[in-house]
Amino acid sequence: MRTLKFLLQKEFKQIFRNKALLPLIFIAPVVQLLILPLASDYEIKNINISIVDHDHSVYSQQLVSKITASGYFQLADYSPSFQEAFNQIEKDKSDLILEIPQGFERNLVRENEEKLFVAMNAINGVKASLGGAYLTQIISTHNNDIRMKWSQQSKFKPSPKIEVTTSNWFNPLLNYQFFMVPGILVVLVTMIGAYMCALNIVKEKEVGTIEQINVTPIKKYQFVLGKLLPFWVIGLFIFSFGLFVVAHLVYGIVPVGNLFLLYGYLAIYLVAILGLGLLISTFSDTQQQAMSITFFFIMIFILMSGLFTSIDSMPEWAYIIAKCSPVTYFIEVVRMVILKGSGFADIKNHFLIMMGFATLLNGLAILNYRKTS
Amino acid sequence: MADVTLNNIVKTYNKGEVKAVNNVSFEINKGELFGLIGADGSGKTSIFRILTTLLLPDSGTASINGFDVIKDYKTIRKNIGYMPGKFSLYQDLSVQENLDFFATIFNTTVKENYDLIKDIYIQLEPFKTRKAGKLSGGMKQKLALCCALIHRPTVLLLDEPTTGVDVVSRKEFWEILKGLKQQGITILVSTPYMDEANLCERIALLQNGSIMSIDRPNNIVKQFPDTLFAMRANDMGRLQNVLRSNKLIKSCFSFGDFHHVTMDSGELTMDNLEKQLIESGFQNVIIKEITPTVEDCFIYLMGNAMEN
Repeated sequence: MRTLKFLLQKEFKQIFRNKALLPLIFIAPVVQLLILPLASDYEIKNINISIVDHDHSVYSQQLVSKITASGYFQLADYSPSFQEAFNQIEKDKSDLILEIPQGFERNLVRENEEKLFVAMNAINGVKASLGGAYLTQIISTHNNDIRMKWSQQSKFKPSPKIEVTTSNWFNPLLNYQFFMVPGILVVLVTMIGAYMCALNIVKEKEVGTIEQINVTPIKKYQFVLGKLLPFWVIGLFIFSFGLFVVAHLVYGIVPVGNLFLLYGYLAIYLVAILGLGLLISTFSDTQQQAMSITFFFIMIFILMSGLFTSIDSMPEWAYIIAKCSPVTYFIEVVRMVILKGSGFADIKNHFLIMMGFATLLNGLAILNYRKTS
Repeated sequence: MADVTLNNIVKTYNKGEVKAVNNVSFEINKGELFGLIGADGSGKTSIFRILTTLLLPDSGTASINGFDVIKDYKTIRKNIGYMPGKFSLYQDLSVQENLDFFATIFNTTVKENYDLIKDIYIQLEPFKTRKAGKLSGGMKQKLALCCALIHRPTVLLLDEPTTGVDVVSRKEFWEILKGLKQQGITILVSTPYMDEANLCERIALLQNGSIMSIDRPNNIVKQFPDTLFAMRANDMGRLQNVLRSNKLIKSCFSFGDFHHVTMDSGELTMDNLEKQLIESGFQNVIIKEITPTVEDCFIYLMGNAMEN
């Protein structure tokens, strides 16, 4: 224990003396948490629309003003023909065309039916489908308004219709940042844990100090613990700093769930991710090698973790890969506990899986790390 | 009693392609200052790494204080002090911190063994708050020696401690080693500098992983079979060519201001040779008989090894 204490003392001294590393530990969480959630917003706004109005009636005018007043659409141009509107799409000035046929109002009133034509540029699939959906919604509201007016006037029995009312749970204002911030916290902890742990051990190899350490009575487990514990503590610190300072003050996120549960999971997750760093360090002789290998794993882990895209909509093989990454589970848990207030029973399986990761990664690392070559 | 023994140690790299240590056996007695002399790549560091339990030999056995380097590596690590050829202390920790750190991991304190390192540490004291990485080469080596000594080892293994160190510091360093020897510590030191060989009690001359000769430096010098002459003249380059083309001259190597020459003394004498050289147009010819140095012996043995 005494030896371990001195190893830790030495380790912290070195970390706090590292002029490049120290600012990174403190500044990286703030900067990443401030920039990433604001930038990675999936809400589609400012869809450019071209309207071809052959009718020029009151109803068509009302429809156009409803569309432009919705906030989602910007009127790019008001063309006399479809061909001209299509030119706008080709020039990338416009994303959507709404063609209102001649006699729109007349047919709607007389025949009780009329068709509109919507064409969209589907190069950006998300934009096209969302834009289409928004537009359909506006048109159907407009349609309902007209029907209400006519049915009242003619005193017909109101036609039955289904009205859908939605209620948003856990994130009532559909704030995209609520979804992103907890995920980015996980990424931060992962990066700091895996990179710093791997690089720190490899540095001892590269500089040659491990040679001197190996010729001392220091035991394997003492050396490894002396390396893992400082980064375990730093990981906890960064997570807390991000959650209570940045997420709370800037985004107003207050964890709904139990904090002990969240920190319990974080503690195990850090052991697993430090195990990954340790494993990488046993394979590399230089910091450059360690950096490259870590980058490879972290890249895949983060892009496939469900941070940006839902893993449920991935193809089967990708889903399996995503399920093999510890990051995926922690992102799920963080979102569940912080936003949804899930309890231990909900994340019991996540706990077991993460313990499995921690045992596997650290076990492999220890098998591969030999004091005598 | 032998403190360090090596028996037929063999170590190869790249699956047997490179033979780094080839059947090496020697013993170092208690309290002896033993030198491993050899050029770069002659296997010195491999021998050190085997003795410090950092490298497993392919075959053969080695022991320190009677403990086997493979079976009892834990005991050995407590009892030896090792100074690797490359500076291996924490460069971002200060002199004092490095020393304290190595003392504590050996479960001792600087105070407890201060008498052993006092003479060296006094020179380091003014820089004790300076980072180890910012010290001069000689100071770094002194600090490394302090750290290797802090747990009062019975055997001290120093791999090229004076490489890259200035002449004055080198001299001081050897003085320190002599002092440590008097405290009863067994010291194995390696060096590529032949002039340092005379400072050891016994030396082993190493070439391509094999030992060419082990003895006291003065005995090794005595084993030199021929009479050695030192020669100089106005044109040293041409002198070497002329001497080497002479069939009666056995060897001629350039040593600073002089050429060291051996000759077939039955056929040729100093006076004859001088006369011949003056006839060949050399001026200021000086020829004198000298006692061979370890370096002369090393070159002679190396030539022999190559012929075999």
